[in-house]
Amino acid sequence: MDTCAPMKYEACIGLETHVMQKTVTKMFCGCRNEYGAPPNTNVCPVCLGYPGALPVLNAKAIELCCKAGLLLGCEINPHSKWDRKNYFYPDMSKNYQITQADRPLCLGGQIVTEVNGEMKTFTIERIHQEENAAKNTHDKSGSLIDYNRAGTALMEIVSTPCMHSADDAFAYIQALKLIMEYGGISDCDLEKGHMRSDVNVSVRPVGQEKLGAKVEIKNMNSPSFIVEAINFEIARQIELIENGGKVVQETRGYDSDRGETFSQRTKEDAHDYRYFPEPDLLPVEISAAQISQWKSELPELPVQRRERYVRELGLPDYDAKVLTAEKHISDFFDTACHKTKQYKLLSNYMMGKVASLVTEKGVSVIESKLTAGTLAQVADLVGGGNISSSAANELIEVLFTEGGDPKAIVEVKGMAQVNDDSALEKWAEEAIAANAKAVDAYKAGNAASVNALMGYVMKQSKGKANPPAVIAMLKKKLGA
Amino acid sequence: MADATHMDVSYIAHLARIHLAAGEAELFQGQLDQVLNYVEQLGELDLSNVEPTTRSTAAFEHPGVNVLRDDTPRPSLDHDAVIANAPAARDGQILVPKIME
Repeated sequence: MDTCAPMKYEACIGLETHVMQKTVTKMFCGCRNEYGAPPNTNVCPVCLGYPGALPVLNAKAIELCCKAGLLLGCEINPHSKWDRKNYFYPDMSKNYQITQADRPLCLGGQIVTEVNGEMKTFTIERIHQEENAAKNTHDKSGSLIDYNRAGTALMEIVSTPCMHSADDAFAYIQALKLIMEYGGISDCDLEKGHMRSDVNVSVRPVGQEKLGAKVEIKNMNSPSFIVEAINFEIARQIELIENGGKVVQETRGYDSDRGETFSQRTKEDAHDYRYFPEPDLLPVEISAAQISQWKSELPELPVQRRERYVRELGLPDYDAKVLTAEKHISDFFDTACHKTKQYKLLSNYMMGKVASLVTEKGVSVIESKLTAGTLAQVADLVGGGNISSSAANELIEVLFTEGGDPKAIVEVKGMAQVNDDSALEKWAEEAIAANAKAVDAYKAGNAASVNALMGYVMKQSKGKANPPAVIAMLKKKLGA
Repeated sequence: MADATHMDVSYIAHLARIHLAAGEAELFQGQLDQVLNYVEQLGELDLSNVEPTTRSTAAFEHPGVNVLRDDTPRPSLDHDAVIANAPAARDGQILVPKIME
């Protein structure tokens, strides 16, 4: 069953994942949705909650939420409405958050993904649209509030308690992140808090249908911390039950330094949000025609792209999987594929030299000076026998760090492979003259001896001779 | 939540951060109960086939749904004006009593 709870217990894990949508403006007002702006500069009466200010729905946010739903196989709710969730906290200055309680935009859905080599389906309950809260920082004298983030568009994607291990949850988050990125729904930059999850964990004896008391671990953005927190929590709950204790339904935080969850003291009425219909907003009705229009605009998903690389470009599935694991890498590769037919060479460079330069220099391929166009030219130069593989690696490094025109660099650095018959003939003759032993062995029937001669030529030519051409020339000279 | 015909005024007041003076809780409790009982009369009707009303303005507006705006930025408020309007501020941020232990 489950690796974390062998034999006796099964963990049930559900995620509530908040994803910040890629809109230009906020959910209910025309203030910019912009990361890193000076504090309290993208604010207005609506997102500051001034009395009398009225919200107006951002059409793009509704579109992105529904498209996210379509990408996840949800049903789009033809009639959805808005509700107020009341609470007092300065990160939401209206004293309520506008959200969707009983009629969210999207219902149902699933994510199919690979977990340790096995395909699994994780079910989604709903996606609702809401607004983000402000950013708080705390010091000795008080709390400081920056309302730039307040009121930005935020979707909450709620899974069912369908996951049974930290590995399941990790795979779910990774797959969800990729779909959101490929779908153009969100940049999913974890450092900027674009994607944060509340994780519900419970355990029950294997075979029992009823779920155990659940613990909610709030607001985590790092997938590796989510894994740690789930593993800790499963073990804690099992130990508690084994020792005759009972799991209390509560909210816990995760302390990544200690690697453990801790109880967060919450007021007993903290969950009495007194939802009621939002009187300032009219319902949203979405027609079948609108849904078909959005469906027709959906971009290719990672799974589809991976299949296309195998089917149309003839790449091994391994390559296709590695190349599609990050959207910007895959986009770069796609662009390069429009400029050359050397798909396998391109793939080799992306996974090999380019990937190692990214690690070594700490610069992403997008930030580097390499372009899809110049990498495609390198692949063509190698494919056409103009430069050797080792020269290609050297050339890619120059293009990555300095940029420039590949052909000009080959020229200036003398990287071109020599295919010229007269030069090859001269080197072949020298090799034959200097290696009498190998020549004799070859003539006696040892075909492999030609490699010794070949090595000599490569050395003499400083690696510039084109190997297949050298072999052909040597064989010709040896009268084979 | 309390049931539909009874809500504890003291609890509601606490959630709404309203301080009630002595005697007010009793006064409002009676009034609130009356209001709830009045509304409860709707329970006598069979509304199982009636869609819930999700808006109060539909009767006056057309089409009554889908009032949306384009995702186009509009000017925000002047930062100094925002800060001047706050009870306290520091470093361009709004300062409030400490909300974390």
